[in-house]
Formats: sequence, C-alpha cells, structure tokens
Amino acid sequence: MFGIATAAILVTMCLALVRAALGPTVFDRILALNMFGTKTVLLIAVFGFLTRRPDFLDLALLYALMNFIGVIALLRFSRYGLFGESELEQRTG
Amino acid sequence: MALMVDIVSWICIVAGSFFAVVGGIGIVRLPDFYTRMHGGAITDTMGAGLILLGLMFQAGLTLVTVKLVMILIFIFITSPTSCHALASSASINSSASINKDRSSYSDRRDSD
Amino acid sequence: MRSLWAAVMLTGIYSFLGASWMLILDAPDVAFTEAAVGAGLSTVLMLSTLALTGTTMKKQATSTLLPLVVVSLTGLALIYGTADMPYFGDPTAPAHQHLMPEFMADTVPSIHEAAGHHAETGVGVDNVVTAVLASYRGYDTLGETVVILTAGIGVLLILGGEKRFSSFFADLSLRDVPSMRHRAILRVATKLLIPYILLFALYVQFHGDYGPGGGFQAGVIFAAALILYGLVFGLRATLKVAPPSVVETLVALGVLLYAGTGVATMLLGGNFLDYSVLEHPLLPGVLPHGQHLGILLVELGVGITVAAVMITIFFAFVGREHPR
Repeated sequence: MFGIATAAILVTMCLALVRAALGPTVFDRILALNMFGTKTVLLIAVFGFLTRRPDFLDLALLYALMNFIGVIALLRFSRYGLFGESELEQRTG
Repeated sequence: MALMVDIVSWICIVAGSFFAVVGGIGIVRLPDFYTRMHGGAITDTMGAGLILLGLMFQAGLTLVTVKLVMILIFIFITSPTSCHALASSASINSSASINKDRSSYSDRRDSD
Repeated sequence: MRSLWAAVMLTGIYSFLGASWMLILDAPDVAFTEAAVGAGLSTVLMLSTLALTGTTMKKQATSTLLPLVVVSLTGLALIYGTADMPYFGDPTAPAHQHLMPEFMADTVPSIHEAAGHHAETGVGVDNVVTAVLASYRGYDTLGETVVILTAGIGVLLILGGEKRFSSFFADLSLRDVPSMRHRAILRVATKLLIPYILLFALYVQFHGDYGPGGGFQAGVIFAAALILYGLVFGLRATLKVAPPSVVETLVALGVLLYAGTGVATMLLGGNFLDYSVLEHPLLPGVLPHGQHLGILLVELGVGITVAAVMITIFFAFVGREHPR
C-alpha cells in the first residue's frame, strides 16, 4: 500500500520536473516547484511509515514550511513577483 | 475492526495517489499557465489530504496522528495561499508569453 | 548555464536531495538541519542577493573544461577510496569497535540498564546525536557556535548594521498602493501561521533530547518564521518586531550562555563543560539536573545564537535594496 503511494508520488514528481524544465514562462516553473515541494512532503511522510520511523514527520512539517517560504521568497525577490517593477512604477511614477 | 480500518486507509491512500498522478499529468498537458495552475494546485491539495488521511487511519490515535493533522492543516493553508500569490503575481505581470500561450489555445479551438 | 536564477533554484533542489539521502541513510538530525538551512534559508538569502546584483553571469574568461576535469578526477579518486570502506552499518567496522559500545551503553538509558551500569553515571538522553554533540563533544559545539557568531559579525561588518536602515528606506511594503487587495490573503495566512511556526521551533528545541532536533534546527526555524514575516509585511514592520539592537545582543547572548555554562561548571569544581557537577538541582523536581540541565542550557545557547545570526544576515541583505 505504501509502495503504491510512493510510486505514484515519485511519478508525479517526475512530471512536475518535466514541467519545470519545459515551462515557457517563469510562473510555470515556480508552479512546478511548488508542486514538487508538496509531493516531497508527502513522500517523506509515506517513507516514514514505510520504514516505521515516525520521527520523519517533523522533517515533513519543516519541509512544508520551507517550500512555502521558498515560493514567497521567489515571488518577493524576482522581477515578476508581487513586488515587481510594474507596481513600483505605479508607486513612484 | 482492524480490517475495516485497513480497507478505509487503503482506499484513501489509493485515491490520493490517483489524484496526485492526475494532477501531475494535468500540469504537463494543459495548454495555458492558468489552467495548469488550476489543475495542479487543486489536485495537489486534494491528493495530499487524502494520502495523509489514509496514513492517519493507519496510525490510530497516537502522537503520530496529531503530527499528521498538523501537517495536513499546514498544507491546506499554505498550498492554496502560495498558488494564489503566484496567480495574482502572474495576473499583475501579464507578460506577452502568457497571452501568447492562451491565444494558441483559442486558435486550436477555432480550428475545430 | 548562465542564468543565476536557475542556478539558485537548482541549488535548493540539490540541498533538498541531499537531505533525502541523509534521511535514507538514517540520519534524521543532519537531514533536518540540511533541509532547514540548505533548502530554505540559503535559497532565500541567495535570492535576496540576486535581487541586488544582476541575474546573468558574465562570460567567463577561462574555459570551463579544466575545472570539470579536475572535479571528475577528484570524484573518481574519492569513489575509489570508498570502495575499501566497510559496509554501511557493519557492526565489525573499526568505527564501531573501540569506544562505541561504551558510549552507547553510557548514553542511551535502555542500553544503559541492560548493560548493568548504575543509573546515574551515564548521560541518559535518548538521542545519541544530541548526547554526542552537546555532552561528549561539547567543546567542539562551542567552537561551532562561535563560528556562527563570527559569521554574523562578519556580515555586520561588511554590510553594515543598524545605521543603514535609517539611511536606506528599505521598506517595500505596499501599504499605500492600489493593488493591495492582491496580497490580503497572503497576509492573513501568514499571520495565522507564524505563531505555530514559532511554537514548532520551540518544540524542536526542547525535543532534541528525545528525537531529531536540537539547537541548530530550532534556531533556523525560529529565524524562518521572522523571515517569513519580513518577506510578507516588509522590512520596516519586521524591524519593529525584532529591533536590530535586540537581535545583535541575542547573537552574543547565546554564546555567552554556552560558555557561561562551562565556566559555571568550572566554578563548581569540575572541568570546563563537565555537566556532572551540575548534579545538585536548585529546585528539586522542577529543574532537571546534571547532564540534562547542562544539555538544555547549551542547546538553548546554540538556538539563540543561530536564530539571531540568521535574522541579522537577513536584515543586512534585505536592508541594502535601494528603493527603486
């Protein structure tokens, strides 16, 4: 049962990587990265159950947090983000 | 009783995996950024929820379940939020490439 | 590959893969720290650097062939060297022979009793990694914490501290911009989450005795919560919450706590950082005593310093953005 889940999650991660490599715009890549991160959290949780070591759940929670912070940071610091140049031009112009 | 718990958790985990794979396929094959976002983010959260629910049934009422609940709540709050932030930043900076992608989709429809 | 964006994202993914390998090799503590620092904080700091510099590399003057050859040769030599090593987890390996059974018997309480030792002589914590880090090799960990302190001081010296914030108006918080409604959901979600992230940091800090965790990871998570606040609400709001003077004091306070524990044990008659002289509890039944108290104080010191240094580095990097 956990094997099926692990296989499915790994397949999805590969598909997300394909989109990250292909994606014509940067937003596609960030979306793929976000999905990769969520699937990774699931992978850690399922893997913890597989190896009967529930300590891994702390790591899953941590990675969910880092995924979120990573996406927010990407949006914050890139030219395309929420704080992008178009808004600043509105503010100063 | 234990058998029923096992069956329920089997169903949840398999359903969750199904949703996850569907989301993955969607993110590769859908034509436009917004459609990919829609397909990807929704199935992502749903698949994650179901898989974690199935794991919770496996674990029973222990500390492990509490931690899984916390991970679930965290994913439910952050995954849609980051996708919303991404979508709104894409709409603010609607660059030519997104419109080009969308217009190719409508071209395909026009040729039906 | 010339785009630095892609390089940073790939570095983040690589750190994450490294953390997964460490997990598979049964080292959750290291995986924890690697995931927190490599996949999370380093990526954020590198992205903030990219926002200051350009995002494409200049054309390199020398060819890239020579470094590739050197790296491949070194890698092959290392792989050849590891072929001789004993199998993973082999109980007859030299690393597991001489001192290891004694350490394990001394450290983990269950093995302790099974080996017939008297209950009070060992370290008595379940997490062997924390025991080794904070008790057996506590002096080395003090050195590591001082290295982190030095890194923080270095960043402050190079990039400037409190004075810069008042001169650079570094706040990009869009409080007065019409497109504010786009960020309402993000702000609400962040406000909802940050207390629980801080709670998680405290949990990881104090749970380090029993499961994966400890001071380093907890410090990074604590800093991550404040950095999240800074990313969403802007630098000025974060400076109100964590004023640089307080943060800079905390940077030194952590190391002081750690070294102070060592000095206290010396004053009580033992060696430097010998926790067994902390045996007599101040408040019997409330405070832990002996090794537990020592490890608690030491990990607390590490956590405080790591959190404060990460926040300081974040302030220093983000504070340099000029208002465009």
